Amino acid sequence: MLSSAQTPRLLRSPTTTTTTLKCLHSSPVPASATAPPPPSQILTTRKSLVSRQTSAVDIAKSFLDRLRRTEPHLNSFLHVSPDEAILKQAEELDNKIKNNDAVGPLAGVLVGVKDNICTYDMPSTAGSRLLENYWPPFDATAVRKLRESGAIVVGKTNLDEFGMGSTTEGSGYQVTANPWDLSRVPGGSSGGSAAAVSARQCMVALGSDTGGSVRQPASFCGVVGLKPTYGRVSRYGLVAYASSLDVIGCFGSSVADAGILLNSISGHDKFDATSSKREVPDYQSQFVAIDYLESKPLKGLRVGVIRETLENGVDSEVISSVRSAVSHLEELGCSVMEVSLPSFSLGLPAYYILALSESSSNLSRYDGVRYGKQVPGDELNSLYGDSRAQGFGSEVKMRILMGTYALSAGYYDAYYKRAQQVRTIIRNSFKEALDKNDILISPAAPSVAYKIGEKKNDPLAMYAGDIMTVNVNLAGLPALVLPCGFVEGGAGGLPVGFQMIGAAFDEEKLLKIGHIFEQTLQGCSFIPPVIADEWTS
Amino acid sequence: MALTLFRGLQSNSFRLYSSVYVSRKHGVLYCSMRSAEGQTATQEKQQTQLKASLKKESTKFEELLKNYEAVIGIETHVQLSTHTKAFCSCPYNYGAQPNTSICPICMGLPGALPVLNSKVIEYAVKVGLALNCKLSLSSKFDRKQYFYPDLPKGYQISQFDIPIASGGYLDVDLPLEFGGGHRKFGITRVHMEEDAGKLLHTGNGSFSQVDLNRAGVPLLEIVSEPDMRTGIEAAEYAAELQRLVRYLGVSNGNMQEGSLRCDVNISIRPIGQLEFGTKVEIKNLNSFSSVSRAIDFEISRQVLLHSQGQANQIVQETRLWEEGAQKTVTMRKKEGLADYRYFPEPDLPGVALSEEYINGIHDSLPELPEMKRRRYEKLGLSMQDVLFLANDINVAAFFDATIGPGADVKLAANWIMGDIAAYMKNEKLSINDIKLTPKELGELIASIKGGTISGKIGKEILFELMAKGGTVEGLIKEKDLVQIVDPAEIEKIVDKVLAANPKQLEQYRGGKTKLQGFFAGQIMRETKGKANPGLLNKILLEKLNAKS
Repeated sequence: MLSSAQTPRLLRSPTTTTTTLKCLHSSPVPASATAPPPPSQILTTRKSLVSRQTSAVDIAKSFLDRLRRTEPHLNSFLHVSPDEAILKQAEELDNKIKNNDAVGPLAGVLVGVKDNICTYDMPSTAGSRLLENYWPPFDATAVRKLRESGAIVVGKTNLDEFGMGSTTEGSGYQVTANPWDLSRVPGGSSGGSAAAVSARQCMVALGSDTGGSVRQPASFCGVVGLKPTYGRVSRYGLVAYASSLDVIGCFGSSVADAGILLNSISGHDKFDATSSKREVPDYQSQFVAIDYLESKPLKGLRVGVIRETLENGVDSEVISSVRSAVSHLEELGCSVMEVSLPSFSLGLPAYYILALSESSSNLSRYDGVRYGKQVPGDELNSLYGDSRAQGFGSEVKMRILMGTYALSAGYYDAYYKRAQQVRTIIRNSFKEALDKNDILISPAAPSVAYKIGEKKNDPLAMYAGDIMTVNVNLAGLPALVLPCGFVEGGAGGLPVGFQMIGAAFDEEKLLKIGHIFEQTLQGCSFIPPVIADEWTS
Repeated sequence: MALTLFRGLQSNSFRLYSSVYVSRKHGVLYCSMRSAEGQTATQEKQQTQLKASLKKESTKFEELLKNYEAVIGIETHVQLSTHTKAFCSCPYNYGAQPNTSICPICMGLPGALPVLNSKVIEYAVKVGLALNCKLSLSSKFDRKQYFYPDLPKGYQISQFDIPIASGGYLDVDLPLEFGGGHRKFGITRVHMEEDAGKLLHTGNGSFSQVDLNRAGVPLLEIVSEPDMRTGIEAAEYAAELQRLVRYLGVSNGNMQEGSLRCDVNISIRPIGQLEFGTKVEIKNLNSFSSVSRAIDFEISRQVLLHSQGQANQIVQETRLWEEGAQKTVTMRKKEGLADYRYFPEPDLPGVALSEEYINGIHDSLPELPEMKRRRYEKLGLSMQDVLFLANDINVAAFFDATIGPGADVKLAANWIMGDIAAYMKNEKLSINDIKLTPKELGELIASIKGGTISGKIGKEILFELMAKGGTVEGLIKEKDLVQIVDPAEIEKIVDKVLAANPKQLEQYRGGKTKLQGFFAGQIMRETKGKANPGLLNKILLEKLNAKS
């Protein structure tokens, strides 16, 4: 019954010469200098439940305690399920275990769900006032699968309204703080999920990634963020922002957690015509315990570092963190090459045209007629106009306007069609680069977490921050962001993440490399100061 | 002169147009149509007078109409009779309680996604092939965006620049009463889309309610080339489309329920002019006759304006056909082209068709109305018979099943079009509801032809078969209806009747030969109608005249 991660895939004698990387940080070491690699919370939970060391109720209580304590500082949740509801589910699990009944692979795992993912037992507002108190009559497919795997949904996490933003300041309800420095943004749009996992308010969380909304906040909050291939996870129940780019992604405090979470939500869904029918591999089998690694466990892997992502416009400290991560991969046996993607810079404008065009259409359904905010009017157009004017925030309105403009007669060819052509070019250039390399590497964001309010009035600067991630969505590829170091800032340094991009449906490889990287990265502990005192892994 | 006349009559312009149109097409229909609207006798009388006074002007107007040509194209929406809606698994039943057949998908709830019902593709391919179209091996869905409360997502999933089928034609045989003739009308395109819901307006108009039962029901939009010139041609085009979708089994084609909806585009131009005139769209056409009448009304309206030098009053607009008033009225003026901001639907993958798939459907197509009509023609049936029999697929199937085993074609047609059709009409039954089977009709025809029963008895049996079923053989036996064809037997009965009526016999022989009918009747009564009439009359005459 225990996870296969305990069973080494490479049955070689343990080596003593495992390559390790000493964590690079320009500030005092956040935690212990000899911090062990992050354990999988999912596997640990499972182990302790099945061995009956502890109960699901106790685990849930300890997380709820921490959630209550940290939430006033972080505001990562828009809705937290009542304690009784959570404890009742935990109790049911405990009873099952007591009766030796089978429990799912995520038994007792406490999950945060981004609030643009539908849950039938909790409101789902997508961070918008327009959907205040909106309770969907169904669970998103990903949520349904989580529940079927035994997971307990803790609550709904904060986000930029409809996923439109990179800081979570665009939420219609509250601003979430970065657990590493409460004066900074957690990134976005899945900032609530990233902060919640970082502060261990829950074990793992679902986010959504349209242009980097899982990966950039993962980098800002020092957690692992996984954006699957487009079509790997059903979008049914994900409140649409840009349908051709949206994917549901995973947050974990370890690569293993992100991978196991992905395992349980992946697969074809008859309710999503764009979901892939490809079989879902057992991602867990990629996680080889450190003791069984050979000295060059990644020997023969070709790693391409995208030149255009380590140039002007990227913080030098971020560049040096990513470069040392690359060196670490090299030490693990990878052969590293620099690759050039000349079309890289075209991604940002193409992304914004396509995403905004689609969003202008996807958000048309919020007309105040059937659900959500309704401002009564004497005639139809005022009902529409006032409901939308009062329901949507300013960023959303701006994006609808821009998207509507781009799709208008006479502009379609110059904008939407052109952007689609650029998208094809980008997709082809990634394909070509990934034919020659196993993975590609770039920073997850050009900077570490910035101050709340810093870019709020400068949308273009905020959009520019998406440069590292949007191309991946345009190409529909999987990418894994994991923390690799720190730069100076906050109370104890600010985490930096790097991004590994894989070929379509090659999540396995990303997870395998990520896991080995994480296990061999020494001296880095990505426990944020807000919980550093109490959290012991 | 004509100009003044028309101006003077504009105060009652509708009546003018209407009568103008009617006199041009079928004057009789007009009166009965109007009287059906519950006019008083006086009104009718007045109107008849008015009509009479207008007759002269009508003739002039008719002359005027000859100088113009109407250009008519039709956009038809056909609701497909798939078990479930186009993008979700809700069933659709016309007339169901509002909002009882809805789900998160067809309500457009946040997070819901469409998944295409593959039957929609199959039906679209069937219709495309039946309309002789070229099919797109690779097409896609697009979003057509506009706000309306019956449109839950704020966009309609439709097809824009790459329809699934295009460039076809439809063969139509015009009814003989409208001059007959064969026409080929071009089909511009056929595309798939979803229907919208319905708005229910409250009596006092203070608020409206939305019924989303119909939202997401699959439609085919079939766009014709502007190939029609008269209301009759347009109505017959629509009727042929209805026949086609019914033959194909892809739609019930019911216009009253809105399963088949026609929007007509119409413009006029002076004969000889190549450019099209300004196009007007007419909506709310709920029957073929309203298609025809609305078009003829609109032609008259436009010709009148044009001939009065007011062509600029013909503007691009949508007009509504008012069935009660028998006229078209402005619904909305089109201020330039509406911008629907079409773009490819990202929630649905492209629609790819393989040659094998298309060929498979092609091979499974039933015999279509046009093919059927041509076949019936070759069987030697008159065009009137052909049109009647091929009109309804069930009637045609009945006919085919009757003549299949070898029944006489003309006799089968006559029975079906005569007594059977009359019975169906009286009893309000369809041919599938009557108990008579094609096999028994064949037997009946053979029995009469073979002389086993008389035509008169055949008719009696037919009604019995239609109402209660059973077999011809069984009924003949059960009722002892076999015709008496033995001359000796008939002779015996004749003798008996003559002997029983000496007085009449004397009168007959005295010159009152009309009494032959009397004797024939007596004999028929005696034989319960079973005597072969030919034989009977022959023997009777011989006997009557024997000893004179």
